[in-house]
Amino acid sequence: MPKSLFEKVWDAHAVRTLANGQTQLLIGTHLIHEVTSPQAFGMLRDLKLKVAMPHRTFATVDHIIPTDQLVEPYRDPLAQAMMDELRKSCAEFGITFFDRATGKQGIVHIVGPEQGITQPGTTIACGDSHTSTHGAFGAIAFGIGTTQIRDVLATQTIALGKLKVRRINVTGKLRPGVYAKDVILHIIRVLGVNGGTGFAYEYGGEVFDRMTMEERMTVCNMSIEGGARAGYVNPDETTFAYLKGRPYSPTGAAWDAAVARWKSFASDAGCHFDDVVNLAAADIAPTVTWGINPGQGISITESIPDPAKATAVDEKASIEEALAYMKLKPGAPIKGTKIDVAFIGSCTNGRLSDFQEVARYVQGRKVAKGVKAIAVPGSQIVGIQCEKLGLDKILVEAGFEWRAAGCSMCLAMNPDKLIGDQLCASSSNRNFKGRQGSPTGRTLLMSPLMVAAAAITGSVADAREVFDVGSN
Amino acid sequence: MSLAKITSIAGRAVCVPGNDIDTDRIIPARFMKCVTFDGLGEFLFYDVRKNADGTDKPHPLNEPRFKGATILLSGANFGCGSSREHAPQAIQKYGFKAVVAENFAEIFFGNCTTLGIPCFEASREDIAKIADAIEKDPKVEVVADVANQEIRFGGQSVKAAVRASSRDALINGRWDAIGELLDGMGAMKTTAAKLPYLAA
Ligand code: SF4
Repeated sequence: MPKSLFEKVWDAHAVRTLANGQTQLLIGTHLIHEVTSPQAFGMLRDLKLKVAMPHRTFATVDHIIPTDQLVEPYRDPLAQAMMDELRKSCAEFGITFFDRATGKQGIVHIVGPEQGITQPGTTIACGDSHTSTHGAFGAIAFGIGTTQIRDVLATQTIALGKLKVRRINVTGKLRPGVYAKDVILHIIRVLGVNGGTGFAYEYGGEVFDRMTMEERMTVCNMSIEGGARAGYVNPDETTFAYLKGRPYSPTGAAWDAAVARWKSFASDAGCHFDDVVNLAAADIAPTVTWGINPGQGISITESIPDPAKATAVDEKASIEEALAYMKLKPGAPIKGTKIDVAFIGSCTNGRLSDFQEVARYVQGRKVAKGVKAIAVPGSQIVGIQCEKLGLDKILVEAGFEWRAAGCSMCLAMNPDKLIGDQLCASSSNRNFKGRQGSPTGRTLLMSPLMVAAAAITGSVADAREVFDVGSN
Repeated sequence: MSLAKITSIAGRAVCVPGNDIDTDRIIPARFMKCVTFDGLGEFLFYDVRKNADGTDKPHPLNEPRFKGATILLSGANFGCGSSREHAPQAIQKYGFKAVVAENFAEIFFGNCTTLGIPCFEASREDIAKIADAIEKDPKVEVVADVANQEIRFGGQSVKAAVRASSRDALINGRWDAIGELLDGMGAMKTTAAKLPYLAA
């Protein structure tokens, strides 16, 4: 029987069936960060339990870390307390911690792949919904709650019901100026923020075949925004080339054996999918969100939806709610909307290629007056790579602030926050009310180059026009 | 570990209407800087409940007549957004013992079950009926019956599904999986031995 990657990985990690019909699933790789794990360690201590496989849990610090302050103690005592707590727990239980001093700290979903910890055919869990990112390598990776973190620490397993699998084919060729971010924003727009509930998404077709690992990570990262707990791309030569020579990648004979094994996990031709969706690359344009969930997106050439033209009652109400919060005019073009802040970073778009693409186009240009623009590498290693290439200088000359690695303005847990109802062009993944730190702050999600175009012109713009993309 | 068998919740209810109420709304991210969950309850729905100066905004949870409610009603896709358990924890610490909505986001649903909070899925019309009844009389006793998958209130009753796996876990006192998972440690090691990447 031909099987999908999901089924193969699931079967290889299924320990046994529990009384409630769920599976006790082995979690091969467990990633933790400072926000969701301290409580889990507390539960572990309360129950007097040990960590079952300390060598399979890896920790880093990302959410609360200030990106403009390198020395501790941090200005925010709560942030410092979380940091201390994680450090203490890792030392107590013998867990590897990519602390700042190691030079390998960063957003957990950037660190895992960068270190070669994220590998095909594995199961990966982390107390963070964007764990789906790691699916880019052909792993089954998903977010878990704090109690489940405790379960993984104590037993290296969790109780989970099997997901269905939806294959999403995107065929053809992306047009110039259209990025992985636009692909996933388009998918979420088409299938809805709930469309993936109960599913893992398998992304396939020419568009994903051609993507780099960093692009695949951008897509898989936002699977959860479409309701899919996990999303993955089958491993191929691109995957193996990325992993070769990374610190945790196998070497020598073990490398060859691993590649052979990884290949065997790819979905078989003719395997069963619970659902199949076909999309055309040619239909995807640079996409911008106008609302308060990642599914509320339009192409840069479209106008903001008008609730009066909504067909369903539900749709009308949600457009009205979104526009009232976003203070945007129905029917107006999204292009030209004035922005206050531009943010390039996060686990969605905070990797080397994101900054390379932006630097290539903003070189010699200036951020518009009155716009606060910040660029935040997703990890210390990404930061150093950028600095070696002089990208930081290009960005700073253009008027961006260049920061230290962390989640930064993706969410409101560190000093990088919106103020009042500032409108932010953001390369992150969530535009929920208050997400960027101010209860009235407003977020427009888009690709890094679209953020750069907005920063340069001071308003939402078509990066293809601003930077003459495609003609050079 | 023996856990309580959760077969039904009886108490007063309050409705926080709206669809797609995400976890950032349930508990704004800035309140998640904590090393324990104690004390999260007071920040439940904070940004929609409180003005910047800490005074109350109009919100059902601020209305004295709904104080002490243990059953929370809402709309579709409740609990979407982040996987953080802070949201169900805040709901539980505030005093809620059950949530009734049209449907729930996946991770949120799982997190609730693990805390022993049953999540009931009812039709929009039926939720409106319950909301009407509590609007007329906030003191009306609402019984959220996990075993029979129904909500009873003021002489009426509506169907409200609790997904089979969750229902089974709640009714049989198995909603926290840790006991069973620990029992499977031997089997875990057998499975792990077949996976080369797990070698120490
Ligand atoms: S960058 Fe944003 S989405 Fe990613 S892990 Fe950090 S806070 Fe979460």
